[in-house]
This record gives sequence, structure tokens and C-alpha cells, in this order.
Amino acid sequence: MTLSNSVSSTNPWSAAAMIACVVLCSTAGEVLTAAAMKSLGDLDEIRARTGLKGAIRAVLTCPLFFAGVSFLALAFFSLLFALNHLNLSLVAPASASLTLVTNAIAGKIFLKENVDRRRWTAAILVCVGVYFLAH
Amino acid sequence: MTHLPAISLAHPFTLIAAVFTPWIAFGICLLIGFFASYLTALSWADLTFVLPATAFGNVIVALLSRFWLHEPISIERWAGIALITLGVSFVAQGPPRTERHTLAVPPTESLEIEKEPVA
Repeated sequence: MTLSNSVSSTNPWSAAAMIACVVLCSTAGEVLTAAAMKSLGDLDEIRARTGLKGAIRAVLTCPLFFAGVSFLALAFFSLLFALNHLNLSLVAPASASLTLVTNAIAGKIFLKENVDRRRWTAAILVCVGVYFLAH
Repeated sequence: MTHLPAISLAHPFTLIAAVFTPWIAFGICLLIGFFASYLTALSWADLTFVLPATAFGNVIVALLSRFWLHEPISIERWAGIALITLGVSFVAQGPPRTERHTLAVPPTESLEIEKEPVA
């Protein structure tokens, strides 16, 4: 499938830019949320110490969490914008599958996660799988 | 949502009324549950572990739509289900969290080893 086949009137470059915007915002949101949760520590332990209210308070008072949720909201609205201009059969599989790969790269760079060969293989297999499933 | 009358942009408040429809309210409760579980998982596991693992939800949705809603699934989609299952099984075999070792041997023991006579 090529961009020009599925997009009737939109320029392929602007289609790619819209999808890139969704993928980048979503990746930033996921990485910031993950960084927030890592900085808090195990939520189960927090809940055992301070109860459910304490765990909720710990999450809601973390600025990184709000930054992450803001980017996830931005990703949602850019997805709506992209869907306004492009076909669902292009946007849904492309954004869902590309996000997995960009998250693996961002996880390695920003969160210093140990992305070994097993995780790369899993990310690529799931990426192709999601593309087939959502297409 | 498909059982509700069409919502137009001229009457956006009908969207708020839709939130209180039992099925939609139930769906929102389940979504809140998903986000809470997702955040808890992120607090003890790596993002590169949690994301491929949660993609298994796509497989469950596809299987539910096949066997509950009796929707047809093409060969491409079965291939997608197989690939996601394989990917999740790959990632699940590894450790969920990157271990950050500062010192493998406690400092007192390492000092004792250094004190041993060479000859």
C-alpha cells in the first residue's frame, strides 16, 4: 500500500507529517508517563504503606505524570485531526505499529532501558502484527 | 454508540448525556481500570516490556469479535494475531525490569579480598 493510493486528495508529505505528529506525541506521552511511574516506585508498595488514597495522591501530585497525560491527549487530538484528512485504514495501523518501534528507541535512549535482541524482536513482531490486524 | 441517535455538532451537549448511558458508563469505568492497571504495571516494569505485552489486547478483541460477534477474520488478520502472540511470548520470557547493579559485591567483602597476602 502506498500513501498516494489511499489518500485521495492529501499530499503524501502532509499525510506522513500528520502520522509522524501522532507517533511523536504518543511516544513522548508514553515515555513521560513511564518516567513518572519509575520515579514514584512500585505502586503496590505505596498502596500497602499509605492505602489507595495515598497511591492516587502520589500519582496525581507527580508533574511528569501530567506532562505525559498532556502529550497523550495531544496525540489523541492529532489522531482526530489526521482522521479528518486521511483514511482510517492508513492512519490506525500506521500510527499503532510505528509507535511500538519509536517507543523501543525512546525507551533505550531516554529511560536507559535494556532493550536487548529479545525486546527488539518482540517490538518488530508486534509492530507487523498490529499493522496486519488493524489494516 | 451505534444504538444512540446521531449526534450533531449543533447539539454537543447530547455527548455529555451519552456518557450516562449504562453501556458507555460501564465502558468508561473499564477504561479507567485499564489506565490504573497500566500505570501500576509501568511502576514495576519497563515500558519496552509493558507496551508489547498490552498489545495482546488486540488479539483478544479480534478473537471476541470472531467468536462473540461472529465477524469474519481474513487470513491477513489471523497472521497479525499469530505475530502479536509470538512477539508477546518473546518479550514475556525476559526480565520485566532493567536491573541497575551498583556493586555486585558488598564493600566489606571486597576489602577483605584485597587484604589477602599475595605470596
